[in-house]
Amino acid sequence: MQEVMKKRASELLADGTVVRVLGWKNGEFAYDPTPAVFQTVESLEAFVYNDFCASNLSKYLIKFLRQEGKTLVFLKPCDSYSFNQLLTEHRVIRENVYIIGVPCDGKVAEDKLREKGAEGILGIETEGDQIKVKTLYGDLDLNKKECLGERCLSCKSHQVVVFDEMLGENGEENPDCGRFDMVEKLEAMTPEQRFEFWRGELSKCIRCNACRNICPACSCEKCVFDNPASGISQKAAADSFEENMFHIIRAFHVAGRCTDCGECSRVCPQHILLHLLNRKFIKEMNECYGEYQAGAEAGSRAPLVNFTMDDCEPSIIYTKEAGK
Amino acid sequence: MRRIGVFVCHCGTNIAGTVDVKTVAETLGKEPAVVYATDYPYMCSEAGQNIIKDAIKEYKLEGVVVCSCSPRMHEATFRKAVSAAGLNPYLLEVANIREQCSWIHKDMEAGTAKAIVLGRAAIAKVQLNAPLIAGESPVVKRALVIGGGIAGIQTALDIADAGYPVDIVEKEPTIGGKMTQIDKTFPTLDCSSCILTPKMVECAQNENITIYSYSEVEAVTGFVGNFSVKIRRKARFVDENKCTGCGVCTEKCPVKNVPDEYNLGLSNRHAAYIPFAQAIPNVAVLDKNRCIKLTKGKCGLCSTVCSAGAIDYEQKETIVEEKYGAIVAATGYNPIKIDGYDEFAYSQSKDVVTSLEFERILKADGPTDGHLQRLSDGKQPKTIVFVQCVGSRESGSSHGCGKEYCSKICCMYTAKHAMLCREKYPDTDVYVFYIDVRTPGKNYDEFYRRAVEQYGVHYIKGMVGKVAPQADGSLMVQASDLISNEQLHVKADMVVLAAAIEPDKSARPLATMLTASMDTNDFFTEAHAKLRPVESPTAGVFLSGVCQGPKDIPETVAQAGAAASKVIGLLAKDKLSCNPCVAHSNEMMCNGCSSCANVCPYGAITYADKDFSRRQDGSMIRRVASVNEAVCQGCGACTVACPSGAMDLKGFSTSQIMAEVDAICK
Repeated sequence: MQEVMKKRASELLADGTVVRVLGWKNGEFAYDPTPAVFQTVESLEAFVYNDFCASNLSKYLIKFLRQEGKTLVFLKPCDSYSFNQLLTEHRVIRENVYIIGVPCDGKVAEDKLREKGAEGILGIETEGDQIKVKTLYGDLDLNKKECLGERCLSCKSHQVVVFDEMLGENGEENPDCGRFDMVEKLEAMTPEQRFEFWRGELSKCIRCNACRNICPACSCEKCVFDNPASGISQKAAADSFEENMFHIIRAFHVAGRCTDCGECSRVCPQHILLHLLNRKFIKEMNECYGEYQAGAEAGSRAPLVNFTMDDCEPSIIYTKEAGK
Repeated sequence: MRRIGVFVCHCGTNIAGTVDVKTVAETLGKEPAVVYATDYPYMCSEAGQNIIKDAIKEYKLEGVVVCSCSPRMHEATFRKAVSAAGLNPYLLEVANIREQCSWIHKDMEAGTAKAIVLGRAAIAKVQLNAPLIAGESPVVKRALVIGGGIAGIQTALDIADAGYPVDIVEKEPTIGGKMTQIDKTFPTLDCSSCILTPKMVECAQNENITIYSYSEVEAVTGFVGNFSVKIRRKARFVDENKCTGCGVCTEKCPVKNVPDEYNLGLSNRHAAYIPFAQAIPNVAVLDKNRCIKLTKGKCGLCSTVCSAGAIDYEQKETIVEEKYGAIVAATGYNPIKIDGYDEFAYSQSKDVVTSLEFERILKADGPTDGHLQRLSDGKQPKTIVFVQCVGSRESGSSHGCGKEYCSKICCMYTAKHAMLCREKYPDTDVYVFYIDVRTPGKNYDEFYRRAVEQYGVHYIKGMVGKVAPQADGSLMVQASDLISNEQLHVKADMVVLAAAIEPDKSARPLATMLTASMDTNDFFTEAHAKLRPVESPTAGVFLSGVCQGPKDIPETVAQAGAAASKVIGLLAKDKLSCNPCVAHSNEMMCNGCSSCANVCPYGAITYADKDFSRRQDGSMIRRVASVNEAVCQGCGACTVACPSGAMDLKGFSTSQIMAEVDAICK
């Protein structure tokens, strides 16, 4: 796939369709490819695409919004939902982007490999269900499914929802992904148990802001947490346990806009299950206002910023029976 | 820190009865910024206002907090007072310690503590109040009346009479409403059509009135003085301008078995029809669900016989867009569906009818040409039983369709029906079963007494328990007589049910469009139950007729006139002073995501690309929101929808609300 992508990128750069290519190149470590911009055919030498290329490129397009010329971007299914959402919010301009869709059947997480004993990782090769992990200490043959990142285990869709051309075969939505299973488990807990769970998770937070910085929905000109005038950072600090507030406020801010791409949990160095907060919101909205997937189509009105005559009117305070 | 004055009102004992106002004033007087605090029996009185004015000057106050009733009540009063003393009127905050405190609490200690907290919140807020200046917006000198019954007609006529253009939107093919179906009117027994038709004709002829019949309001945007309304004109497949109302098409139309709405389905009409002889506009309609040409593409007879060439099978519905300064809701009522009342055998026997159906039977252009006949066999009924309060005054409705309220008109029209029966057919025995007979109103009780004393109608206090159709075609009515405490069995030929009335189904979606509030029964709510009965709490929206609550014709006409005078008062103004508490966007923080524009009910937010280039960062053009202050109504929806906090509301800024919350939580 990497070579096919490189070839198309070279062609499109060469014939002037696009002036830059947004893709990935190797990072400091092989298991950590980083988003990169390529402006010449020669520079594409460094272009990589493999099962470590997990990062969502959509958000990086905001930067090129007003720059001259078209940008070529490779979007995986997850990323394409984010792209549509950014399009809905006028954060990107469709005409300025050339999208090549790439199919995805899950990305490999480095920590899963470590659990399997991989150290000194140098590279990865995929062969159907199997991966060959190259390490300083020799090759390791592993089952790909067992090495997938947390978010890929409950992938909502293998479908690239927006593209100019598609490489390989487009996948389909996966409604039976069970992505709300864990949320249901949390809902079934007593309030005390749930509080303990979240304290346990959120107390790991070191406030590195990686989740916010990677989140395609967190694209504000100025984040409320960086804005002393907002009064929010100060409010968050009112509790000695301010990470509570940080993550909860962030979940509220992306409610209805979060496409559930899972980048927040993927980049969290403390492995906090942040996506569960977002999924709780998504589940809640689906139950109140009918199924809605942010980013499934550009320009859609999210239930929280829409009004229809059929809207339910849940009271402010209501109790839910566990599991219902 | 601003120098704040606090003024605590006793409101007689309304507040002072549950709140220790002296303690409130003393405690708030010790708040850091407060330089003066006092209490007074009636702050809204002239003497009370003077205390505020004098204190502003004497203590050089820069902010005023009045602890009194709801701001809905007297905010305007106190703003004026503050303004008269030279302070910007928006540097005033009202802490509601009456509706939100004294009236809902019984305990003096708790009430006082809460009043202090509410006062503190207001003090915290007023510190951050910005002096605001109200702008002006022009008034579109045109009114819209929604509903063309007697309420809408009267309102439109009165507005037109004052010289303002007015449009009537009526969903039926003709204006006139329920009154067209009624035979005689109480308490004078004059003919309904005879008094209504001239008014309908006047509407058609008045050059200030435009009638959009067979039309519905599709969307409403804007605000008082400047509403923008989309009216959907349904296709009637007849060119209104060409049709002469000759009626040939309605006679020749081969589809003859369509239930006639005018006769409540008691007779049939053609697929091409004019609702009734006096219809305004007197123009035919093709029933698109029943016309053979429109459903199957064949026939076309009406087009052949129409000498005016008015038939147009290709006619499409159109949308008319118009601007209005004021809107009047006059959507009227319908009798409730009484199919749920099995005990009255309404669905089983043709001779059990509702009162409105009985009106049609009595009226000359009804299904029986005005002859009192049973619908089953055409025989003249010898014994008629009237049942009152069917679905009215029902608590804990067991039928699922009953109403708790009194429908108000039934006592009088039942007395009228009973009297008319006895007048025209003196050999008829007439029984009326009632819970109470309610006849307040000029000449109303006399009217009812005439029915009893002069016409010999048997009024029996008690409800009918069962109506059982008999094999011989009669109806066995089982009822209780509460006064003589016995069970009665009356063998009747006809039973007439006084069904409750309810607001028309179109009222609820209309209220949503108008952002006008409704009560649980779907009647429009008035701005003040006693003092502003014809205005909706939504500025620029007025109420006429039964859509506000049950009423008879004289009351409806009176209210219609009152609504018209309110509209005229509004349209007479050239400009309205705007609310300065509007939204504005902080362009440095705006992402251009359009969330605010999506939720704005007034279309007040637009987007533009702006150049934010700075030398150090190079060229930067961003999409940012801007608020049209003349259109914004300050609802604040955008401020909560904005993900980055770029939208804020003047007078209710996020920082002000945070300050209030902080003060409450302190």
